[in-house]
Amino acid sequence: MSVLSVDTVSRWYGNVVAVNDVTMTIGPGITGLLGPNGAGKSTLINLLGGFLAPSAGTVTLDGVTVWKNPEIYRTIGLVPEREAAYDFLTGWQFVLANAELHGLPDPGAAAQRALATVEMEFAQGRKVGEYSKGMKQRVKMASALVHDPSVLLLDEPFNGMDPRQRLHLMDLLRQMGVEGRTVLFSSHILEEVEQLAQQIEVMVAGRHAASGDFREIRRLMTDRPHLYVIRSSDDRALASALIADGSTAGVQLDGDVLSVETVTFLQFTELLPRVARAAGIRLFEVSPTDESLESVFSYLVKS
Amino acid sequence: MNGTVVRLTYRALLGGRRAWLLLLMSVLLLAMAVLLRVTVGVDHQITADFLGAVAVAALVPLFGLIVGTGVIGPEIDDGSIVYVLSKPIARPRIILSKFLVAACATVLFAAVPTFVAGLVMSGTASRIALGFGAAALVASVAYSAIFLLLSVVTRHAVVYGLAYALIWEGLLGSFVPGARTLSVQQWSLSLTEAISTRDLVSSDVRLAVAGVLLAVVIVGATWYAGQRLRVLSLAGEE
Repeated sequence: MSVLSVDTVSRWYGNVVAVNDVTMTIGPGITGLLGPNGAGKSTLINLLGGFLAPSAGTVTLDGVTVWKNPEIYRTIGLVPEREAAYDFLTGWQFVLANAELHGLPDPGAAAQRALATVEMEFAQGRKVGEYSKGMKQRVKMASALVHDPSVLLLDEPFNGMDPRQRLHLMDLLRQMGVEGRTVLFSSHILEEVEQLAQQIEVMVAGRHAASGDFREIRRLMTDRPHLYVIRSSDDRALASALIADGSTAGVQLDGDVLSVETVTFLQFTELLPRVARAAGIRLFEVSPTDESLESVFSYLVKS
Repeated sequence: MNGTVVRLTYRALLGGRRAWLLLLMSVLLLAMAVLLRVTVGVDHQITADFLGAVAVAALVPLFGLIVGTGVIGPEIDDGSIVYVLSKPIARPRIILSKFLVAACATVLFAAVPTFVAGLVMSGTASRIALGFGAAALVASVAYSAIFLLLSVVTRHAVVYGLAYALIWEGLLGSFVPGARTLSVQQWSLSLTEAISTRDLVSSDVRLAVAGVLLAVVIVGATWYAGQRLRVLSLAGEE
């Protein structure tokens, strides 16, 4: 069980602030680092992986400073975003070299185990340079797992993967999380984070914009407009009843579809059943149309 | 020293077309030596001029530059150095391993052909070949250390390396005598002057001074490269 702590960390390059006063704790389980491109995700991962000095603040792994401390790599496994990975080696040679560099007692067995974990044994005799993007990602993953680390840092691991490879990697990461490892992955794709992470840290423009599980983040922002699609026994009557209340910002009736935009989330959830009951209307379906992370996210980016 | 780093470095450096290019240039030097021997015959002054101008002043620094930057520069550029750095290995050990590969390769491709070219042109007479071979040897080691350091410090190592070799040692050295005191080429030539029994070359630097300066540069550059690798920042894509 390992815990990474980021304490009031900033990192700037000249006049550009890449990471701005971020404080977060990353514990066992899967944490998703979510944010648009340029939000400072890679910078943060580089800070966590000991490849960048914080301009201010401290980054620690179980209380030990990460920067200028190669010993942390006994605990950390790193999957970098960049593609290049000694293309002239075969997959086997590459993973074996990583095991040797770790000074493991039996590098051959460790490499074999890591390649089996990512199911890349079938291609281990081929050169890394000839791999597809997904295969490369898996062999990079194997190189990071070779010393059985309790912390795994992955920078945009799903980039360029096809859906099947994506599912496979997700299963693998879930497995790592279940085993009690601390897994942090970054992504700008909302569905990935939503499907995989128990804990989400949102970065926007270098700042730590939100933290929590997906629903928690959602609740933090209940004061923003929500959009619901409603099916009922009498959409038109319901529409007129709803527009009378101050918690609805707009009601639209488009053929069979009744969409309601609300101003206050909690008030509306209370209002809707009450209004429907009073008007004698049966509700068949009430579904939020923007419950995806995408909407949460665009809201955060705008604010 | 780390065996795996040595192996990876060696394969990255000499695995591709680079080995053939280096070999081709070495062979070219030998071919020119043979040509001179056949056309001009044995003339020790020509041997000294040729080895001084072509081998020690051009081939050795060029190889030192290609190899010294080649052992780590491409890895830093494409980011694959991260696989070596994300391991519990002391950074100076990584540098030492890379320096060893660079020095060996430069000696093999530049210093050995220089010695052989000397033998071809002058035989063992007056220890001319030995003198230039020794100069090329120490210069190879020194250039490897300098250019390795340069690659860790800056992403434009080749440009600065060329500027040093061409402008400082080549151009400035021939006009400003003071610049010669701080020149790997002059330091190594003081060794030739000391070994060769004939007065064919003259170095501006005394042997003892040159020896100390060479040692300081080789050890200092390698040590400092290790320190710089400890704080090497891998800039993100952003």
